[in-house]
Amino acid sequence: MTTTLAIMKKELVVYFKSPMAYIVAGVFLALTGVFFIDSVDTMFAVAEIRGLLLRSVFFLLPLIPPLLTMRLLAEEQKLGTLELLLTAPVRDYEVVFGKFIASFIILSGTVLLTLFYVLILSIYSNPDLGPIFSGYVGFLLCGGATLSIGLLASSLSGNQLVAAAVGFGVILLFNVIDQITTIVGGAVAKVLEAVSLTGHFDSFARGVIDTGDVVYYLVVMAFFLFLTIRSLESRRWR
Amino acid sequence: MTTESMIEVDGLTKYYGDFPAVSGLTFSVRKGEILGFLGPNGAGKSTTMRVLTGYMPPSSGTARIAGYDIVSDSLKARQHIGYLPENVPLYTEMTIREYLSFMGKIRGMSNERIVSRTNDVIQICHLEDYRDTLIGKLSKGFRQRTGIAQAVLHEPDVLIMDEPTIGIDPIQIVETRQLIKDLGGEHTLIISTHILPEVSMICERVVIIHEGEIVAEDTPKNLGDRLEGTERLTMEVRGPIKEVTKAIRNVKGVQDVSFANGESGSGLYNIIGKREGDMRVDLAKAVVDNGWGLLRMEAVTLSLEEIFLRLTTAEGS
Repeated sequence: MTTTLAIMKKELVVYFKSPMAYIVAGVFLALTGVFFIDSVDTMFAVAEIRGLLLRSVFFLLPLIPPLLTMRLLAEEQKLGTLELLLTAPVRDYEVVFGKFIASFIILSGTVLLTLFYVLILSIYSNPDLGPIFSGYVGFLLCGGATLSIGLLASSLSGNQLVAAAVGFGVILLFNVIDQITTIVGGAVAKVLEAVSLTGHFDSFARGVIDTGDVVYYLVVMAFFLFLTIRSLESRRWR
Repeated sequence: MTTESMIEVDGLTKYYGDFPAVSGLTFSVRKGEILGFLGPNGAGKSTTMRVLTGYMPPSSGTARIAGYDIVSDSLKARQHIGYLPENVPLYTEMTIREYLSFMGKIRGMSNERIVSRTNDVIQICHLEDYRDTLIGKLSKGFRQRTGIAQAVLHEPDVLIMDEPTIGIDPIQIVETRQLIKDLGGEHTLIISTHILPEVSMICERVVIIHEGEIVAEDTPKNLGDRLEGTERLTMEVRGPIKEVTKAIRNVKGVQDVSFANGESGSGLYNIIGKREGDMRVDLAKAVVDNGWGLLRMEAVTLSLEEIFLRLTTAEGS
C-alpha cells in the first residue's frame, strides 16, 4: 500500500514537472470548449452537457489517455529504471496500480475542470443535475478503462510513440466496433455491441447509472490492468 | 550456517530461449567479502546479477540471499539487496534528495529513517553540493555516486554492482573504487567488471566466468600463481626483425614470440616460454651468436589480464 502510494506520488510529481499535464488539460479544455459552444448555440438548446460528454468520449478518450499513460512504463523500460524498481521489495501489481491511479487522478482533474461549463449553464438556465452527475460518473469509468488500455500499451515496449499509437488504435477500435453491427448481424453483432466502449456510455449520458454498464467498465479496467501486470511479469519467462 | 555465507548460488542456470546465458554456476560469498565477477562482455555477468536480484528467475538451480531463496522468498531476499544495475538507470526528472526519498519509500523505510539515511549516504558518496540538483543535470560520475547512494540507502546486507566504474573519468574511477572498498566489511559485495586491475585492487576473491560457466575461482594472487608454469620475457634486440624473431623461436622452451614495437634496427619482443631451466641464457646466446645487439632483457610477471585471456581463450593451452 505505501509503495503504491509512493509510486503514485512520484508519477504525479513527474506529470506536473513535465509539460504533459498542462498540454493534456489545454487540449481537453479547448476541444470540450468547442463541443460546448456547439451544443448551446442552437435554436432550441437544452441546458445539458450530454452532447459534450458523448463527443468527448468519442473523440477525446482515444487521444488523451494514451498520452497520459504512454510514458509510465515505456520510459522505465527504456531508461532501465524498471529493473531497479522491480528489484526493490515491490510487487509488480503495486507498480501497475500506483501508475494507473496517478494517471486516473490527472484525467479526473482535467475532466472536473469542465464543471466550468456546468457552472455557466446554471447561471443562465436550470440544468438537470442528475444526468450531469451520472454523465461524469460514466465518463470517469470509461476514462479509467481507456487508461488501463493505454497502460498495457505502455508496458509492451520501451518506445513511448509505439505505446501511444497502440493505445490510440485499440481504444478507437473499441469505440467504433459497434458501427458494423448492422452488416455482420446475429450473435456477432450482439457481442460487438457488448464490448463497445461508447455503447455503454449512452445510458450514463441520459441519466441512468446501469449496474451492467458500471460492471462492464470495471471489468475492462480489471482485465487490462491484469494484462499489464502479466506483461511486466513476462520478463520472467521471456 | 547461513550466518557465514550471505550469498549462496547452486547450479544456477538461465536460458534465453534455447540459449544458455549462464549454466551451472555454483559459488558462495562470505559475509563482508568482496567478490569480483570477471568476464568478457556477454559472458553472463549481468544475467547472473539479474537473477540474484530477483529481476528474473533462474531456469534451474537456486540462489539464496541472506538465507532467503530468491524465488520462493523473493520479497524478503530483495529487502537485503542493494543493486546498482549496469549504466546506472535513474529518474532524471528528480533531484538526488527526491530520488533517494522515493527509493527509501518503495523499500518500506520509515520517514525518519529515510531522512537520516539520505543525509548519511549523501555524505558517504560526497554528494553534499548536489542534493537538490536534478539528476538529469549531473555528470556521469555524480550519477554513478547517486546510484551507489541508492544501493546502500537501506543498509542492505548484500550489495550487487554491475560494472560500477564504467564510463566515468579516471579520477572518478579511483574515487569510486575507494568508495566500493570502504563499503566492504559492512556489506557483502559482488562486483562485475571486465577491467582486470580493478579486480586485483578491490576484490578479495575472483570468479572468472566465460560463456556462462565458471572457468576459475580464486584470490587474485593465487590465480597469478596458477600460471606459474609459464614465463614471460621482454627483450630488446638490435637486428633485422624477421631473422631475430626466427632465431628466438628456435630457442628451446620458447612457445611464442611477438614483435611489440621498435624503430628500424632495434625492436622489443614479447616472449612466452616454459619455465624449465632458464631460457634467458639460451636467448642471449642466440642473439649474440648472430652478431646482433642485446640491449635489454627482463622477466615479466603475468598480469591478471593475461591470465584471464589464457583462461578464456583456448582453455588448457
